[in-house]
Amino acid sequence: MAGVLGTSIKRREDPALITGRGKYTDDLQAADMAHAAIVRSPYAHARIRGIDTSAAEALPGVLAVLTARDVAAAGIPGVVPVGWLLPDLKTPAHPMIAADTVRHVGDAVAVVVAEDRYLARDAAERVAVDYEPLDAVADVVAALEDGAPAVHEDALGNVAFDWEIGDRESVDAAFASAANTVELDLRNNRLIPHAIEPRAVLASYDSSTGEMTIHMTSQNPHVHRLLMTLASLGMPEHKVRIVAPEVGGGFGSKIHHYADEAIVGLCSMKLDRPVKWTATRTETNLTDAHGRDHSTHCALALDAEGRITGLRVDTAAAMGAYLSTFAPAVPTYLYGTLMSGQYDIPAIHCHVTGVFTHTAPVDAYRGAGRPEATYVVERLMHLAGEATGLGPVEVRKRNFVPADAFPYQTQVALAYDSGNYGPAMDRALEMIGYDDLRTEQASRRDNGGKQIGIGFSSYIEACGLAPSAVVGSLGAQAGQWESADVRVHPTASVTVYTGSSSHGQGHETTFSQIVADKLGIAPEAVEVIHGDTDLVQFGMGTYGSRSAAVGGSAIVKSVEKIIEKGKKIAAHLLEASAEDLEYVDGSFRVAGSPDRALALGDVALQAYLAHNYPDDLEPGLSATSFYDPANFTYPFGTHVCVVEVDTETGSIDLLRYAAVDDVGNVINPMIVDGQLHGGLAQGIGQALWENAVYDDSGQLVSGSLMDYAVPKIHNLIPFELDRTTTPCPHNPLGVKGVGEAGAIASPAAVVNAVVDALAPFGISHIDMPLTPEKVWRAVNG
Amino acid sequence: MYPAQFDYRRAGSVDEALGLLQENEDAKLMAGGHSLIPMMKLRLAQPPVVIDIGRLDELRGISEAGGSVRVGSLTTHADIAASDVLAAHCPVLAEAAGHIGDAQVRNRGTIGGNIAHADPGSDIPPVLVLLGASVHLQSPSGTRSVAAGDFFQDLLMTDVGEDEILTHVDVPALGAGTGSAYLKFEHPASGYAVVGAAASVTVQDGRCTAAGLVVGGVGAVPTAVDVSSLVGTDLSDDAIAAAASGLDTEDPIGDIFASGDYRVHVGKVYGKRALAAARDRA
Repeated sequence: MAGVLGTSIKRREDPALITGRGKYTDDLQAADMAHAAIVRSPYAHARIRGIDTSAAEALPGVLAVLTARDVAAAGIPGVVPVGWLLPDLKTPAHPMIAADTVRHVGDAVAVVVAEDRYLARDAAERVAVDYEPLDAVADVVAALEDGAPAVHEDALGNVAFDWEIGDRESVDAAFASAANTVELDLRNNRLIPHAIEPRAVLASYDSSTGEMTIHMTSQNPHVHRLLMTLASLGMPEHKVRIVAPEVGGGFGSKIHHYADEAIVGLCSMKLDRPVKWTATRTETNLTDAHGRDHSTHCALALDAEGRITGLRVDTAAAMGAYLSTFAPAVPTYLYGTLMSGQYDIPAIHCHVTGVFTHTAPVDAYRGAGRPEATYVVERLMHLAGEATGLGPVEVRKRNFVPADAFPYQTQVALAYDSGNYGPAMDRALEMIGYDDLRTEQASRRDNGGKQIGIGFSSYIEACGLAPSAVVGSLGAQAGQWESADVRVHPTASVTVYTGSSSHGQGHETTFSQIVADKLGIAPEAVEVIHGDTDLVQFGMGTYGSRSAAVGGSAIVKSVEKIIEKGKKIAAHLLEASAEDLEYVDGSFRVAGSPDRALALGDVALQAYLAHNYPDDLEPGLSATSFYDPANFTYPFGTHVCVVEVDTETGSIDLLRYAAVDDVGNVINPMIVDGQLHGGLAQGIGQALWENAVYDDSGQLVSGSLMDYAVPKIHNLIPFELDRTTTPCPHNPLGVKGVGEAGAIASPAAVVNAVVDALAPFGISHIDMPLTPEKVWRAVNG
Repeated sequence: MYPAQFDYRRAGSVDEALGLLQENEDAKLMAGGHSLIPMMKLRLAQPPVVIDIGRLDELRGISEAGGSVRVGSLTTHADIAASDVLAAHCPVLAEAAGHIGDAQVRNRGTIGGNIAHADPGSDIPPVLVLLGASVHLQSPSGTRSVAAGDFFQDLLMTDVGEDEILTHVDVPALGAGTGSAYLKFEHPASGYAVVGAAASVTVQDGRCTAAGLVVGGVGAVPTAVDVSSLVGTDLSDDAIAAAASGLDTEDPIGDIFASGDYRVHVGKVYGKRALAAARDRA
């Protein structure tokens, strides 16, 4: 239907969700359902001397208490695997249940199953674990020091991997001949994902069929099934069905395969009953894979004209106690490869050390490596603007990859397919009223009192990790294509089965818009099914801003196949040649003879009747596609943040936030804006408030929402959004991706703004989060 | 987030509640439940019995008599924030109540539960100390009142005895020519006050005749600042800043967001700003 694509159709998902009728995993009830509670280590590092389960087992209503011994006795693989292998990566075993050593607070040591969840919790408190506490190290830098407690015996010096990209010698040469250099030591703060819905699982094993159905909070049910069966439970893949009901946010944290879900699966197998577990908020904070946690030294070399000649980055990236599903890829191939930013940089070198720490694992979290890279590059660009005297705008413009230089091969593997960076910057300057702001800033500096600052972030993003053969050569243990099965029913309504798995993004709305546009039918005539391994063909799921670019393109491919087949059927019925047919506004018609036409419904009905039908054609009108993109997509944009700093207390007020993003063609502007709003909230949250803090003994002291500050609506301001449109040249929709852009761009914009406000105080850097106390201490020396 | 096992009893009258307290050792009274239930869900509190006094209407309501406003212990923060009586006589109490939590919390949380819990980041305690309120307690042996300044004893510790119920607070009305203000530096995670400064000044013929400043969030209990130096002045910014800088506490509290030293500093800044706001309203 014309005019469907690019229209802000209201999300069809919302009526159920906002009236409380959405069914999440914890809403599901099964007959004879039991409840699990997991016993977790209170120590960051300890040896388990023994576990006495008798007091728990003695409670009436307790069905089972399982420990590592039971995992071993079950004869299953019993481990949680890592899904991305770097060269020489240390891959110490991650047992589902810790056997002899615990390595972070929250590590599972036992599980209790009882008739109700309260009883399960009470019994869990009665499991007596005899721990021998050992020295722990939670800080990524301290973990690399000589004599630091070892997280794993087989990972010397706590090094999980040592990785580099780029050319060290050419960077050294650039620095040796530089007219200007700037350098920075920074921390990228550890974050807890905080999806509103905690992780949950309902595992239902039936010994009479040998089948298990697992409802769980998943961004990628097929990947979860693969890892769950292969590495953890040892069940045949075809005997396990994984269903993701409504999923209340993920931000990456529900990509990963965790021990807890596998433990609950084992409980169900042992008891031959459905078993449910829902994480408490405390458990979520202790066990969801965290994000970021880098310590970085970085430096930029520039020539006398302010052109970048070299970039050097050295990062220690925390992995936590175990390697989570895609953890090794995040600070390497999703980080080092982004170091060219929007700039033409002739020499780049990035070295990353992956570090084990006695903490929750670290893995992909909204942006996954790209926010960290953007923060490095854009903080350095701010300093470069100061050092060269060019200022933040001119130094960026002078170094942008020129519009006529695409496709552009960076020095760090990625080849940008398209881009046009100047107009986004210009539009952002216009929106924010840049010159007037600088005038006001100057007058405030003269008059004292609260100071204002203006911060820029010109970011590049790489979405839709691809193609599969390339990511496989880089260590991925998974493909990076996406699947779609589009079925036209005899009455010309359509069901789409997508391998993407929505958890708040609005796939049902946007994917129906794609099909409606391509088939010339109403979006209401399209149903979208996702998140069920029994209903949907294998798919990779939703993460990395990939669903529109990869999942949407798979749908387009299927629709194109359907139209081609439909033409053959219509040609037969119209007694014309298929080559002479065109498909316009929902009808197959003979080119040049618009009255010789058949509606999609006529053709679809005949496809299923097959009464009057081409001899060489199979009945039916459906098509399955597996779309493997040729390249990443490269959204970009410029964000500008304006802050006011109360130098007397260090408090920061957001005054303005303008974002000009280029995410390619837009399917649903309202949903795109919503993704940006959420991403901005999270990125601003990282810059100003969020911080996962472990003390020296490895206790998570920001373990509750009383201490860990997620942004609330009253902390934020209305965002000013606009777009430029540079379509992706290599996918059929010209779309790029938007889920992570806000979180990628905004931390640098906010910090640059605060540092800009405080320039008269000689402040060039403050580590995130910019709490009032840190700012105040910086101002007061 | 699952509490330990407990028994639940609902009291139909203050006397019945007092009786239940006598009968059940280590029982906890619950009014709005906004402090107790989170503690129970984290299993930091595991009372064997919870006595629900939330429906005792005799403990609810705001009334003025004889230059003093009586606020029943079950009066919600929302009712206090919206009270015309308080707006007329003790506006700073209504102002502070409006800063507590969000609308849902204010609709359930009560002033009695709030001050009996005595969180150092609570908004109400410094205001009651500033205003010279008295806290009224009832036990099987009778009633007594205690000055707000003596009521708060330490972190989460008050003068409420094990056999007592907090029935109401009496808050002296502010006199003519008096301005008051409550300024809050909010914790971005908890929403509690990192620092909450409650101030009042009385002005006659352009001169200050009385001034008070009490700061919450800095110490374990509300910290009164001696601002008597303001009396007789014209409340210039400099005089106010000098007075507020007298904030001192031996053992300031701190957390990962704000250290003790920093809280003392912000207490001085917010004390100054609260005094200036009170002056501008006098």
